[in-house]
Amino acid sequence: MKIAVCIKRVADSETRVKIAADGKALDEAGVKFVLNPYDEFAVEEALRRKEQAGSGEVVVVALGPAAAQETIRAALAMGVDRGVLLQVDRIPADGLVVAQALAAELKDGGYDLILCGKMAIDDYNHQVGPMVAELLGLPCVTSIAHLELQGNTGVAEREVEGGIEVCEFPLPAVLTTDKGLNEPRYPALKGIMAAKKKPLDIKPTALAVGGLEVLAMTPPPDRKDGRIVGEGVAAIPELLRLLREEAKVL
Amino acid sequence: MALRFQGVDFYDADGLLTEEERAVRDTVRAWVDDNVIPVIGEHYVAGKFPTHLVPQMAELGLFGANLPEEFGCAGLNNVAYGLIMQELERGDSGVRSFASVQGALVMYPIYEFGSDEQKRRWLPELASGRRIGCFGLTEPDYGSNPGGMITVAKETKEGWVLNGAKMWITNGSTADVAIVWAKTARLDDPGSIRGFIVPTDAKGFAAKDQQGKLSLRASDTSELVLQDVCVPKEALLPKSAGLKSPLMCLTAARYGIAWGAVGSAMACYDEAVRYAKARVVFDRPIGGFQLQQARLVEMLTEITKAQLLCLQLGRLKDQGKMSPQQVSLAKRNNVSMATDVARESRRLLGASGILAEYQAMRHLANLESVYTYEGTHDIHTLILGQEITGLSAFN
Repeated sequence: MKIAVCIKRVADSETRVKIAADGKALDEAGVKFVLNPYDEFAVEEALRRKEQAGSGEVVVVALGPAAAQETIRAALAMGVDRGVLLQVDRIPADGLVVAQALAAELKDGGYDLILCGKMAIDDYNHQVGPMVAELLGLPCVTSIAHLELQGNTGVAEREVEGGIEVCEFPLPAVLTTDKGLNEPRYPALKGIMAAKKKPLDIKPTALAVGGLEVLAMTPPPDRKDGRIVGEGVAAIPELLRLLREEAKVL
Repeated sequence: MALRFQGVDFYDADGLLTEEERAVRDTVRAWVDDNVIPVIGEHYVAGKFPTHLVPQMAELGLFGANLPEEFGCAGLNNVAYGLIMQELERGDSGVRSFASVQGALVMYPIYEFGSDEQKRRWLPELASGRRIGCFGLTEPDYGSNPGGMITVAKETKEGWVLNGAKMWITNGSTADVAIVWAKTARLDDPGSIRGFIVPTDAKGFAAKDQQGKLSLRASDTSELVLQDVCVPKEALLPKSAGLKSPLMCLTAARYGIAWGAVGSAMACYDEAVRYAKARVVFDRPIGGFQLQQARLVEMLTEITKAQLLCLQLGRLKDQGKMSPQQVSLAKRNNVSMATDVARESRRLLGASGILAEYQAMRHLANLESVYTYEGTHDIHTLILGQEITGLSAFN
């Protein structure tokens, strides 16, 4: 079983981010970058499938700056066999441009399965996985929380509003992974040492122009101070009135 | 995705680490956040070592991580090894002690003084956590003066017969194997001290947990009694020779302790900062009061100095240039520093600081043991005094 996993280098969600001087991007100075947590589910699933099959190959593909090699090595440390970096100066905002570059890399790879995190925690776009599938003409199931493979057929479950949707699909396919699919492993120390010796192919990549431009990035407004409307039981009618009329949440 | 400890790094010491060193640190940090922090308080109160963590630690490769891969170890450099100790002790000194004993006091002497056969037999078993070890040097009447030990090993036709008692032995009651140090000639001859690999199920070997500890409660500390314990000739560590051999093990363990203490201090400082920002007294966060700010500044200053001390010590060790006296300086400084940080954090936390729900008092109580074991603070003072003046205050 040959599996590709598309991964992304993102700012750690617990890092305090600042907006760069141009007002259109994050200031990367002092920011800790990590493997996108949803992609960790994809890497873990790929490794488990390979381990169950007893043979095969797991390849990670990342599009990003040179520093994304570290992100690829994090996946290699978990047990992935090799990595490919589609090297660009910066990750474009337009998901389609990213998907085109990934699809071009994956097209002739002979993969049985292509996995992506359901979204990246920096842009929350949920786009790249389904776009890659579309560009490759492959079936796609998004946000899967359970997966079974039987020969050339797969069954995936996705958690939808109020229930579970069960999808059957033929392989090869593109799947995007959600929390709950598995519990990603910690990279063992031996794995971290081994990662240095695994193949990492760096391919300078020219991107299409794309149709999306970030005009401005602004931090969320400061939250207003809370208001105390009264004390004890006597305050409840006023609280209800404000929730109904002012906050309009009731 | 649990809340992750973000570290304490005022001087960008991270920038002095390699990518692998940071990756190792981050893995252990995440593992401690997920698996140690949530359970350690209750284990501490119950006086139980969290045994269930041992297979996970082994799986990660934490035991003897700076020993070579050919024996099933991770083959890391000493800075990465130190960072592991730092993160484990950020969880709890008892958890770090377990790894220190297994790696630096059991695997290291087998690696350093053992035969090829002993290395091949024991190191993979110990690295994988299938076998747990302990280190028997200290005796009831010989702590700071191990050369005075009265445990003896007598050579017979079949092997060796060991007699004596050991005390304050971490992992003693859980261990499958003990590295026992004993005199093989006259009692006034510390040069005759040799090391033995003794299975704890050998006839005449007994281990009993020491009761009533108010420190290192999440760690087993035992007394070992050896009464006519017969071991074969192959139990002897052939390259062990004199008191110097166990002291080399202590240097290896103390190196890890110097790093570990920084982990404890980082945990206490982090807790103190959070509390100082959140706790409101006299209508403002206590972090806004000069007294608490002074506390936090002292903590951060001392932690930062200790971090840089460890890092340079590790680089020296990796270059083969580290002296035992340099380790004494780091152990002495960092453990004393961490004890002070834990105490000040405990005080900043006010009444909350006495609860097991917070970390400070647990670390403070633990560090009183760490201050005392592996060469007491005072003994390290004398070692350094001798190094400076050439005059021994204890021999």
